[in-house]
Amino acid sequence: MSTQLIMAILALGFIVVFQIAKASEYVAVLKGEKKSFEQNNKINGFLLLAFLVLGLIGVYWCNELLKGKILGEAASDHGEKVDAMLHITLILTGIVFFITQILLFWFSFKYQYSEKRKAYYFPHNNTLELIWTVVPAITLFILVGFGLVYWSRITGDAPANANIVEITGKQFGWIYRYPGKDKVFGKKYYKNINEGKNNQLGLLWDDKAAQDDIVSNEALYMVVNKPIKLVINSRDVVHDVGLVHFRMKMDAVPGTPTTMWFTPKFTTEEMKKKTGREDFEYEISCDQMCGKGHYSMKGIVKVVTAAEYALWLAKQKPNYQQVMADQAPAATPAAAVDTVKATAAAATHSATNN
Amino acid sequence: MSHEASLHREVVTTHEVHHDEHHGHHHQETFITKYVFSQDHKMIAKQFLITGIIWAIIGGLFSVLFRLQLGYPDQSFPILEDILGSKWAAGGKIQPEFYYALVTMHGTVLVFFVLTAGLSGTFANLLIPLQVGARDMASPLMNMLSYWFFFIASIVMIASLFVQTGPASGGWTAYPPLSALGDASEGSKTGMDLWLVAMALFVVSQLLAGLNYISTILNLRTKGMAMTRLPLTIWALFFTAVLGVLSFPVLFSGFILLLFDRHAGTSFYLSDIFLASTQKALPNEGGSAILYQHLFWFLGHPEVYIILLPAMGMVSEILTTNARKPIFGYMAMVGSMFAIAILAFLVWAHHMFVTGMNPFLGSVFVLLTLLIAVPSAIKVFNWLTTLWRGNLRFTPGMLFAIGFVSFFISGGLTGIFVGNSTIDIHLHDTMFVIAHFHIVMGVASFFGMFAGVYHWFPKMYGRYMNNTLAYIHFWITLIGAYLIFWPMHYEGLAGMPRRYLDVSGWVSFNQFSGLNRFISIVSIIVFAVQLLFVFNFFYSIFKGRRVRTQNPWGSNTLEWTTPINPGHGNWEGEIPEVHRWAYDYGKDGRDFIPQTEPVGKNESSH
Repeated sequence: MSTQLIMAILALGFIVVFQIAKASEYVAVLKGEKKSFEQNNKINGFLLLAFLVLGLIGVYWCNELLKGKILGEAASDHGEKVDAMLHITLILTGIVFFITQILLFWFSFKYQYSEKRKAYYFPHNNTLELIWTVVPAITLFILVGFGLVYWSRITGDAPANANIVEITGKQFGWIYRYPGKDKVFGKKYYKNINEGKNNQLGLLWDDKAAQDDIVSNEALYMVVNKPIKLVINSRDVVHDVGLVHFRMKMDAVPGTPTTMWFTPKFTTEEMKKKTGREDFEYEISCDQMCGKGHYSMKGIVKVVTAAEYALWLAKQKPNYQQVMADQAPAATPAAAVDTVKATAAAATHSATNN
Repeated sequence: MSHEASLHREVVTTHEVHHDEHHGHHHQETFITKYVFSQDHKMIAKQFLITGIIWAIIGGLFSVLFRLQLGYPDQSFPILEDILGSKWAAGGKIQPEFYYALVTMHGTVLVFFVLTAGLSGTFANLLIPLQVGARDMASPLMNMLSYWFFFIASIVMIASLFVQTGPASGGWTAYPPLSALGDASEGSKTGMDLWLVAMALFVVSQLLAGLNYISTILNLRTKGMAMTRLPLTIWALFFTAVLGVLSFPVLFSGFILLLFDRHAGTSFYLSDIFLASTQKALPNEGGSAILYQHLFWFLGHPEVYIILLPAMGMVSEILTTNARKPIFGYMAMVGSMFAIAILAFLVWAHHMFVTGMNPFLGSVFVLLTLLIAVPSAIKVFNWLTTLWRGNLRFTPGMLFAIGFVSFFISGGLTGIFVGNSTIDIHLHDTMFVIAHFHIVMGVASFFGMFAGVYHWFPKMYGRYMNNTLAYIHFWITLIGAYLIFWPMHYEGLAGMPRRYLDVSGWVSFNQFSGLNRFISIVSIIVFAVQLLFVFNFFYSIFKGRRVRTQNPWGSNTLEWTTPINPGHGNWEGEIPEVHRWAYDYGKDGRDFIPQTEPVGKNESSH
């Protein structure tokens, strides 16, 4: 009902506007073309100036209204660099923005048609053109310079003491894998993936390095002030690990692992206090269109202290043990044989690994 | 080549004879040859424009639908279920698959069907022969085919909206593996095949058109029309056509490989895939999903300039005509467009900074990307200087041209943010990017297009559009577009990802639900005002005030030397000869000096 009402009002509005427009056209003919042109020109010239003034106020007001809603301080060392670059760019482009927009609308207002004025024949001027080629070029080289320094630091190699965690995207969620005590990720092969048998990454159980790998869908744990390196994979389509508070982002591409590293600065608990929100969590958002569940493909990052991390890690059961526990009651007689096989296989694998 | 040229000359002669016989009356044509399978470039231009308008309404309507969802994620609109059926809008709520189909089709339709075909298709066809002084395109037949390939592409694309599994829904970029695997997404079933077929037909249309534009500009200029005397519109359309001809085939190859991956079992883009929906691992190994992104963006980035350059050219022309003052720095304008055209091919990977591409390669692309800002800055300052000390007439075309410059500045500057890889890490695929490219590519180009329509409508139909409606259209669109896209930057700065149909479940982004509602309301109003334009357009074709003078804007270019309603062949007698550049406004105390006027003895040189 209300939709029909809105439609009717819209249609009525259209008709009214159209009738006014038609009438004004007749009035213009009666008034004489020249006179109505001059009137229109004055009105539009004034409106252009009004738009400039109100627009600038609007820019300020919008900023006052929304600046509190964008994220606060970056929560990682790399994020600080991104924010610094953002500020440098904002200042330089801001200056250009205000100068050019003010000139554009001011000129439009000031040089509006007047019978007395003659347009000034001014087809070119090499000095001026040189100035506005060279000045933007220099400004841009400043921006490129800062940008590339930060970029190379952010994308450079991770420090040797970094924790390494693997994160794999799937429709529509995230799988985290920790290398376990041996600090080595075991082998995996995508054709080995079997969710029914609790092997969502396709780990090869006869690789000993895989046997202590911890696989979880719960959260991505990292230690505060300790570098973390993420090895990023996808199981199906392209996803993207988006970490807004850390200002980090990297695609997850099936068949082509990617990496990113950074050092988190605040624990989740600290962020709860900083933001004043009890429900605060570091969220992982999927930033690459991945299908109908894209908008809800969320992961959680838990940044904890080293002690809390150790405690949490100690409680985790490797994926392999869970699988074995699942199989144990059904296949007790075969288990012995399996173990022998697995140990033998693991031995050969660890030999090749070393 | 020479054979074609002589063939054309023959055609020209017949036209001339024909015209002489009929004393300038129209050809004796049937309805079919005049309005449907027309080979007259002016009629083809109108066909492109009207088809483009229809597509723009469809594409705009899609955005209204998904803005409803974004603004009111927890509300239901029963009317949507009535119209769209229970599969797409069960209970009056837009379903995720359908939401993604809407954004995909919105992007595809507006980027390709409206702002490529509708914009450069219209104005290249209308203006190239008229402004270079030619009777028609180099190949009127190819020109006609270009429209009809576009038409077939449109039919196929429309058809894809009605298949059971829905149209393509993997985003207008259609990245595989999502777009390659029907099991990964409903929209990647039949809808995606139709999308690919439609796009392939579209590429054919663009190539036929582009080759024609280039050869017309190079070979069919009238006597005295040196390249350096061409109006900037023609230069812009020339670079546009070159960009299209060189980059569309690459996109085509990308699509063909995608079709192979979909149906022939190849692994160009596919590797190591296990689909949860079927619980099966695919046999494909060794492909690279990133390869597609390279092929796509090798067109995708030049495409931005394919959309923007014609608008720049028209804006230059309209600004200078209504400022009654020559364009400032003609050669610098041509040079900067040339630089933009070259650089357009060297920056595609700035869309891929976070795909895991080698960071060093990323650095090179940062440098090249930010370089584009230099020619862009030259253009902006030259436009500003063109306005300086002019005598400005605010026709609707002029207002939209000024609006174009404003949006080009705003959107261009945010390009410096996202073009810098360091900042792009944070802003990539967020609403900031949406705001950036909608302002600089969408709104700015639309403003260029509106400017062109208002300015050349008298030439197209021999009538004026209603001024009052045009002013209402301008002011609401200018204010509305800023209200929609300016605050959207803040959502992006907060990292809110694009293509999220509901952010209420996110602690990081749910503070923007109020803003989202505001944006949705404004965009619905702005859409309604565009309908006002459409109405004005069609009403004025039949009922608009008649044009009584041959050159209503007091313009220098050749199109205003044709009769008010030119027939096929454009000029009744000889094609006029050109003696000067197109921008002698306000010279030696004279308001304007048309290109056809010989240079006087005492005339000052510039």
